[in-house]
Amino acid sequence: MSLVHEIDYGTPAPKTDKMVTLTIDGVEVTVAEGTSIMRAAMEMGTQIPKLCATDMLDAFGSCRLCLIEIEGRNGTPASCTTPVAPGIKVHTQTPRLAQLRKGVMELYISDHPLDCLTCAANGDCELQDMAGAVGLREVRYGMEGANHFAPTSELVMPKDESNPYFTYDPAKCIVCNRCVRACEEVQGTFALTISGRGFDSRVSPGQSEAFLTSECVSCGACVQACPTATLSEKRLIEIGTPEHSVVTTCAYCGVGCTFKAEMRGQEVVRMVPWKEGKANRGHSCVKGRFAWGYAMHKDRVLNPMIRAKVTDPWREVSWDEAIAHTASELKRIQETYGRRSVGGITSSRCTNEEAYLVQKIIRAGFGTNNVDTCARVCHSPTGYGLNQAFGTSAGTQDFDSVEDSDVILVIGANPTDGHPVFGSRMKKRLREGAKLIVVDPRRIDLVRSPHIKADFHLPLQPGTNVAVVTSLAHVIVTEGLVDETFVRERCDWDEFQDWAEFVADERHSPEAVAQYTGVAPELIRGAARLFATGGNAAIYYGLGVTEHSQGSTTVMAIANLAMATGNIGRRGVGVNPLRGQNNVQGSCDMGSFPHELPGYRHISDDATRATFEAMWGRPLDPEPGLRIPNMLDAAVEGTFKALYVQGEDILQSDPDTKHVAAGLAAMELVIVQDLFLNETANYAHVFLPGCTFLEKDGTFTNAERRIQLVRKVMAPKNGYGDWEVTQLLARAIGMDWNYTHPSEIMDEIAALTPTFAGVSFKRLDELGSVQWPCNDANPEGVPIMHIESFARGKGKFVVTEYVPTDERSGARFPLLLTTGRILSHYNVGAQTRRTDNVAWHPEDLLEIHPHDAEQRGVRDGDWVRIDSRAGSTTLRAEITDRVAPGVVYTTFHHPTTQANVVTTDFSDWATNCPEFKVTAVQVARSNGPSQWQEDYDAFARQSRRIAVEAAE
Amino acid sequence: MSTNPVSIRIYVPKDACAIACGADEVVQAIEAAALARSQPVEIIRTGSRGMLWLEPLVEVATPEGRIAYGPVEEGDVEALFAAGFLTGATHALRIGKPEEHPFLAKQTRLTFARCGIIDPASYADYVAHGGYKGLERALALGPAEIIEEVKKSGLRGRGGAGFPTAIKWKTVADAKDDRKYIVCNADEGDSGTFADRMIMEGDPFQLIEGMTIAGIAVGATKGYVYTRSEYPHAIWAMEKAIEAARAHGMLGVNIAGSPHSFDMEVRMGAGAYVCGEETALLDSLEGGRGTVRAKPPLPAHKGLFQKPTVINNVLSLVAVPHILADGAQKYADFGMGRSRGTMPVQIAGNVKFGGLFETAFGITLGELINDIGGGTASGRPVKAAQVGGPLGAYVPTWQFDLPFDYEAFAAKDALIGHGGIVVFDDTADMVKMARFAMEFCSVESCGKCTPCRIGSTRGVEVIDRIVAGERREKNLEVLKDLCQTMKLGSLCALGGFTPYPVLSALTHFPEEFGDTPRRLEAAE
Repeated sequence: MSLVHEIDYGTPAPKTDKMVTLTIDGVEVTVAEGTSIMRAAMEMGTQIPKLCATDMLDAFGSCRLCLIEIEGRNGTPASCTTPVAPGIKVHTQTPRLAQLRKGVMELYISDHPLDCLTCAANGDCELQDMAGAVGLREVRYGMEGANHFAPTSELVMPKDESNPYFTYDPAKCIVCNRCVRACEEVQGTFALTISGRGFDSRVSPGQSEAFLTSECVSCGACVQACPTATLSEKRLIEIGTPEHSVVTTCAYCGVGCTFKAEMRGQEVVRMVPWKEGKANRGHSCVKGRFAWGYAMHKDRVLNPMIRAKVTDPWREVSWDEAIAHTASELKRIQETYGRRSVGGITSSRCTNEEAYLVQKIIRAGFGTNNVDTCARVCHSPTGYGLNQAFGTSAGTQDFDSVEDSDVILVIGANPTDGHPVFGSRMKKRLREGAKLIVVDPRRIDLVRSPHIKADFHLPLQPGTNVAVVTSLAHVIVTEGLVDETFVRERCDWDEFQDWAEFVADERHSPEAVAQYTGVAPELIRGAARLFATGGNAAIYYGLGVTEHSQGSTTVMAIANLAMATGNIGRRGVGVNPLRGQNNVQGSCDMGSFPHELPGYRHISDDATRATFEAMWGRPLDPEPGLRIPNMLDAAVEGTFKALYVQGEDILQSDPDTKHVAAGLAAMELVIVQDLFLNETANYAHVFLPGCTFLEKDGTFTNAERRIQLVRKVMAPKNGYGDWEVTQLLARAIGMDWNYTHPSEIMDEIAALTPTFAGVSFKRLDELGSVQWPCNDANPEGVPIMHIESFARGKGKFVVTEYVPTDERSGARFPLLLTTGRILSHYNVGAQTRRTDNVAWHPEDLLEIHPHDAEQRGVRDGDWVRIDSRAGSTTLRAEITDRVAPGVVYTTFHHPTTQANVVTTDFSDWATNCPEFKVTAVQVARSNGPSQWQEDYDAFARQSRRIAVEAAE
Repeated sequence: MSTNPVSIRIYVPKDACAIACGADEVVQAIEAAALARSQPVEIIRTGSRGMLWLEPLVEVATPEGRIAYGPVEEGDVEALFAAGFLTGATHALRIGKPEEHPFLAKQTRLTFARCGIIDPASYADYVAHGGYKGLERALALGPAEIIEEVKKSGLRGRGGAGFPTAIKWKTVADAKDDRKYIVCNADEGDSGTFADRMIMEGDPFQLIEGMTIAGIAVGATKGYVYTRSEYPHAIWAMEKAIEAARAHGMLGVNIAGSPHSFDMEVRMGAGAYVCGEETALLDSLEGGRGTVRAKPPLPAHKGLFQKPTVINNVLSLVAVPHILADGAQKYADFGMGRSRGTMPVQIAGNVKFGGLFETAFGITLGELINDIGGGTASGRPVKAAQVGGPLGAYVPTWQFDLPFDYEAFAAKDALIGHGGIVVFDDTADMVKMARFAMEFCSVESCGKCTPCRIGSTRGVEVIDRIVAGERREKNLEVLKDLCQTMKLGSLCALGGFTPYPVLSALTHFPEEFGDTPRRLEAAE
């Protein structure tokens, strides 16, 4: 193996089919119109020397190394900023050019320390490469002139080591501006600039701030862009340059960024985003690029453990003993309480193959359909709603589609925090001029951030999504903005007419809904007009849509909006759920819901079931099994006794923590397969160590239905991949499983699932990725769905009556709590809390409006207690007008806060997706943790004990 | 003394140069003296006539015309009154009719025809002196014809590059976009230049008219004048005039009742020389750091806020009303070769008669310096002149036969630039001048491109080594190589033209860079 080298073409590829033919160094070359001469040369294999150019960024023209000559034109233009023209004759190397380049390089080196041998970038430094390329042999200026590196020089600036992951050494800066431009063009944060003028110029975060305390979001784009050691990963400085790399897929959010894991032996040196990754296009965020240290964290449990009671300390045992014990306990429980007394939960963080095996062991091995997944608590309404409207349970576009959007409607999503890499791609399009509508109770960053401003922000009351979206439809219908041609051609006309009549009713007018949505009517009218008439309009939504008692209704209302305006079936438009976890789409695809086999086929369908029974060699129960909340209810009732949980921490992530705890406590066998002793493990009897994405092969499916390979870069520290652990258990309960590689599991999935029929590891390896459906009709997958017709035939309009949630504020609980997440942390924080990302967000905070804070005497940073009818917890307050009066907001990343102690058991009417986003609460000053927090802390400490073997 | 004396009109410049020479104090003294004599006077503050050695130049309206006195100091006022200067009487400071002064009589004043004569704040005065005739004709012609007219005039960019103005306008006119801009580069930072300032202070409506015509020609509806914070009087005058133009319907929606709309405002720079470079100017105007942009894209395609933008120097834009009003041919009749029309030349430095001299292209440098300028102020022999600002070449006396013409200068590795001439006498140390060029570049470099950012600092160091006699031959070679790298490698004219003063000093005065660093000792 060796390092995966990606060609740097110097400037981005233009988007055009028009071709231009020119001559470079006597060779005729044909390239797309608008291509730079530098790129054209590279496309034919000629690398023109360069330092400030890189193909992730627009040409800048500052280094002056890439000068060329064009016959018949004066001077020596820069090849990065000069576009090709038909018939021109370019020379990339002449005596004059050679002398100029040497002259420029001589200047560079006269202000650069000559410590190459001890430099972190030694062997990976473009400055070093270019000095070689231009044949620099002497610096005639000497090294004694004005400079930024000699300790005695007054221009020397101290190294900035404030960021936990990388350092900034101004002494090595060549002022190529690549970091500044990456921060602007790729990430869109504008945290960096150049301070000083002329020779004094130097990169500066903000106004000469430290990286950590500046606006920098630590996405790493600057580090990646830096051609020298100026911005270097601390791991690189510590370990040295990597010797081989493996392309793999990030295990954080649903964007599905691909990275090169750059390795030295079994040690990860750094993760570098892969330019060919179709989801991330070479970009990354602080989590994927830097926050993978949890894989090596001391908290990782590497040996299986069992115990009789949760009050006992854990006992480390061999894999054989753990598996045998688990199998016999399962047998005992099923014999005692019946076949249906057991169940399991697949993980949206594990691979498709692993999710598939878990549902398979439950359906075929346990003989029950009691299988569910964490999508239950996030995007189950998406699956239901989009299936109703279009006939597929997934988003309609690829991420590239956003580059063609003219209007972007973001509802209940916070892409810059939750899906940062896609957020950056969206911001790029917005900076190019696309219009933006944000529907969110909070003033998320997209509403106003550098060079981004929402044209409309509809700050609705939590829980009124349906009313607002239906009201948008009201304006579109009553003002005659419907795309009738599209609707007549593509949708069921009768259903449309029913729907149109419904939304046109005066009670759905912006003026009528204003009183309970809190949104000014003119905002809804303006937004609706813009959405319907502004060109390609795309909808992006997140958990702020789904995690409501009317989550499925809102999803359908969104689908209605897209269909009514003809915004489905081409680039730039569509309905795009931003899926939370790396493989939440995949775990749903893999048959993780109790009523559905892989590919969203109902368990009661005899023909489908028969194909599975034939392949699996076991009879399947035709009845759907229990959902997670039902399993917990049944446990409390005493009929559900054993649960196999792979890679999910339901105690922290699911609503109404006390109820979850009661359910778990009532079980006789809780099997937790995870990296860490998570909160759920406090109630477990068997702990099976899991492994990270770095330690196994498999596939993840991201929010755009894109299936991508996860490749093993190191041996599993716990001994087995998660799929192998499930197989061990399956074999122990009598299943004849003999998978030797996850690719075999995918082959089985492909054989059983029509939408995956064309998927294989081989094809994924060849193509990089595919978006399902992938079959004979679409061997390379489908980037944009429903182009000619909907998967279900005619698009279905569903009447979306707004039914206010029963959870509403009143005298006792006058505020509405809504929850979300922040950039530096991921979900329950099990991974990110075990990385240096805590530098940015060490604890959950309660955002409260100054007015509400004033009324309660709460000051910024005060401990506050938050009470709902479900429970109470304490945390610190952050006073901000980002939330509206009457609304408070927090994250759920830290178990000490346990935000879900407060959330209630209300859920989506169709899918049971919890109503995380609306809880009526009261907030008061507090002087410390709540009783629950104290009790739980004591319990967790006791539960996490591991028995120490007596010394020999 | 009559019982009811007639009010007498007195003209005193409000030009920054005149004010620096005490014009405001002179005005106060005149008012006091007149009051003491119960003599009503009406003092009109004008621009400068451009005879700067005569400032403050006070003019009195008499039946035979305006009679000038200068340079008038505060202390001269009593004596002037006593001598009867209100009636144009003789006095040691009496110049006579200003237009008959040889310095003015020899000029061809088109652009500066009104400057120093009219009240710059008076819309009526401007119109009474032929103002807005150009716009009137422009509106009658329409966009395409305006550009054709400018093309026929042969007008080239007066900022220094000499690019044909009509081609620039045509490019912007042809660009399709929802918004276009006219930007006037009034960031006059070159040493020895002051024409932009004088015209903005003395005849601001002319710039407004020029920009308005440009806007109509290319379809732009918004204009910006980007000028220096060091030009408070120019900013005041421009803003007054813009206000007045708006009030008279000559700016804003439907200019002069036409379907065209155009409005403009003045923006002030923050003191960076490089912001006079057109793309850095655009960055600064947008609110960012003034750094140079790579071209392409040209500002005509993607300029201010990425929209098609005409960016012209003040002198280019103020030439336009004249071209439109009197016809392209009349303008094109002046000049030589491809340099058509007139150039407001600014004579400065160590010169006896410094000031603004507008003349047709083709006059020689020697005529300008010796005949018009009267040689050095110090009385010593002229040694050289730097033409075109701090980045212009030093032209030695033996090249003073050079005609003022873009191509003729370029052929001698020199440039006209913005038309500023700075004269030096024989005491000038050319090595120091070369060093200064490098130092100036290092101070003013935006820092974007390497040759300018690092090269200018190294240039100073290398010249210091040459002066110190350190490996002189080798360092001279390094200096020449560095100049070549900067000239061909720099992104913009700042780094690209810095070698001109350095190399011209080195070429014309090589002995000063010899083993003995002191030129005077070496010259004997």
